[in-house]
Amino acid sequence: MELILSTLINGLSLGGIYAMIALGYTMVYGIAKMLNFAHGDIIMVGGYVIYVFMATKNPLLAVAMAVIFCVCLGILIEKVAYKPLRGASPLAVLITAIGVSYLLQSLAQIIFGSANKMVTVYDFGSISFLGVTVQVSALVTLACTIVVMIALTLFVKCTRVGRAMIAVSEDKGAAQLMGINVNGIITITFAIGSALAALAGLFYLLKAPTISSTLGAMPGIKAFTAAVIGGIGSIPGAMLGGILLGMVECISYKITAIAPYTDAIEFSILIIILLVRPTGFLGKKRREKV
Amino acid sequence: MMPNKLKKIKIKHYINYVVIGIMTAVFAIITLTGGRLDSSLLYLLEKIAISIILAVSLSLVVGFLGELSLGHAGFMCVGAYLGGKVSALLADVLGTGFINLLISIVAGAAVAAICGIIIGIPALRLRGDYLAIVTLAFGEIVKSIFQNTSSESFGGALGLSTPRYDKKWLFIYAFLIVLLTLAVVQNFIRSKHGRAVTAIRDNEIAARATGINVTKYKLLTFTLSATFAGIAGVLYSFSNYTVQSVKFGYNYSIEILVMVVLGGMGSINGSILVAALITFLNTKLATILTGDLAVLQNLIYAVILIGIVIYNNAPALKNFRNTYNFNALMKKLFKREDDPSRVGDDTAKWDVVPTKIEMNEVLSIDLVPQDMQDLTGKGGDK
Repeated sequence: MELILSTLINGLSLGGIYAMIALGYTMVYGIAKMLNFAHGDIIMVGGYVIYVFMATKNPLLAVAMAVIFCVCLGILIEKVAYKPLRGASPLAVLITAIGVSYLLQSLAQIIFGSANKMVTVYDFGSISFLGVTVQVSALVTLACTIVVMIALTLFVKCTRVGRAMIAVSEDKGAAQLMGINVNGIITITFAIGSALAALAGLFYLLKAPTISSTLGAMPGIKAFTAAVIGGIGSIPGAMLGGILLGMVECISYKITAIAPYTDAIEFSILIIILLVRPTGFLGKKRREKV
Repeated sequence: MMPNKLKKIKIKHYINYVVIGIMTAVFAIITLTGGRLDSSLLYLLEKIAISIILAVSLSLVVGFLGELSLGHAGFMCVGAYLGGKVSALLADVLGTGFINLLISIVAGAAVAAICGIIIGIPALRLRGDYLAIVTLAFGEIVKSIFQNTSSESFGGALGLSTPRYDKKWLFIYAFLIVLLTLAVVQNFIRSKHGRAVTAIRDNEIAARATGINVTKYKLLTFTLSATFAGIAGVLYSFSNYTVQSVKFGYNYSIEILVMVVLGGMGSINGSILVAALITFLNTKLATILTGDLAVLQNLIYAVILIGIVIYNNAPALKNFRNTYNFNALMKKLFKREDDPSRVGDDTAKWDVVPTKIEMNEVLSIDLVPQDMQDLTGKGGDK
């Protein structure tokens, strides 16, 4: 019972992190119609910025700087690497995104070295609950994810910019005719996605206080998996997919027989879901017209 | 005009066989006459051969089918493990000669081909980003499975040891396999099937409408590509003595992708050239750049990759590309004298296909009778 409860909470917390990253993927994919491979690496950049600013011993300042830096970086990447390719073939955009991801990883490794860095952002400690010891940071992560998701949903549904985002994701050309600044909206989307990635970087550091240049690569891919499982372009879908994937990962780690195959299991789930439901659980089915 | 054109195509298409053939022959003669090549040079040559096979096979999927595969190293991994295992099992019976190599290659290629079919089936339903992520997932799954095998079967995390071969001949076999790969891939591309594949890349819906079996050709291309990646994997296992699944990660797939993209998507010769160049540079740079500096290499690749893709694909640079590309410069350099006997070809004058309205304008000018032109006052200008 205690094992189940602790697995459940850890799974939810890990799922929260995945959901946070998946939200960034899903928004960018929904609006710019591109898979931003570099998204995972922005998590890593956020982590390193926190590491640098933790020298001031002020966690809030470090987190704020990480968010600001990542937002600027996200906008810069969008302007330099992706904007010139708007209207080009999706393959070209995808390869550029891979290039950017590679670039960020190698830059980080050159600046900070290949050795892992240790950084403790804030020690929340742990509490006992129904006989189970739970890391408070896991609960904080979960709470933050829920708050962010609600805020994001409200933002998209109730503000002008949010509704413009929906319009752009539905039909870019028609949105432009309606007087929406499409480029501006795409930039805002990248900014929001990058801010979420910075927060995800924070949660990663709360979970395990080590950071390396490949910190974001695997979570990035897994979060994209989560976004696809939930239905790409859908905000609740990203949340659902993230939590599902987090739970699967935590449960799989607890079962000794299949623990080494955790990654393989998660990716197999992705392949199976794409085969059965190519649009994910909550994605809209769209018929292709000539 | 016609015979000239045919001749030109021939030179362009067969130059890679000629270059690689001559190279192989020269090295073979050196070896035959008793000259012993440096072992590091032999290793480099084997690696170049492996890279060429990988790049050419990935070029089939990326350049000609127009889908992104991020799991090419995964197919290679399957081939390397299975081929290595088969050759290790056969080593006691057949020794470590050419027959062993041949059987291992067939085994590795067959298993990789089966994996190609398995991964090709989702490819039929998905495209673009989704397909890329599925191939990536496949690569990671393969890596993870081989990493956790028992030490008796595939060596687990320590890797599988393969028997030692006579290094003297391995690179020649490798280059013969490169020639075989080229023969298969180039003939495939220029066959009816290859044209169907490029038609799918250019417009899948139109290809379907013209009666091309999209499902069949996608699966065929994927399987062919995976098969050759498997063969490259078997060669790798012979060349390296040990096969470790860690080597076949995402980064290796990206390295192969870099070769294809830098070589020019859809250009086999370009892929070969860049594959050889990058492999050579990697080996040389590995001795110069050590420790943290080794990453500098990745940084350079990343920058070049982004730069090349933006240069080749950005809509804003279209005019620039058309004026300053390699072919245009070549034409300027080797400008032929205008042949007065040549009849001008109307269609050749259009850079872009005219729209219907433009077409009507052109036609109406041509079709307006002489007296009408005089009436409208346009006749004088013509």
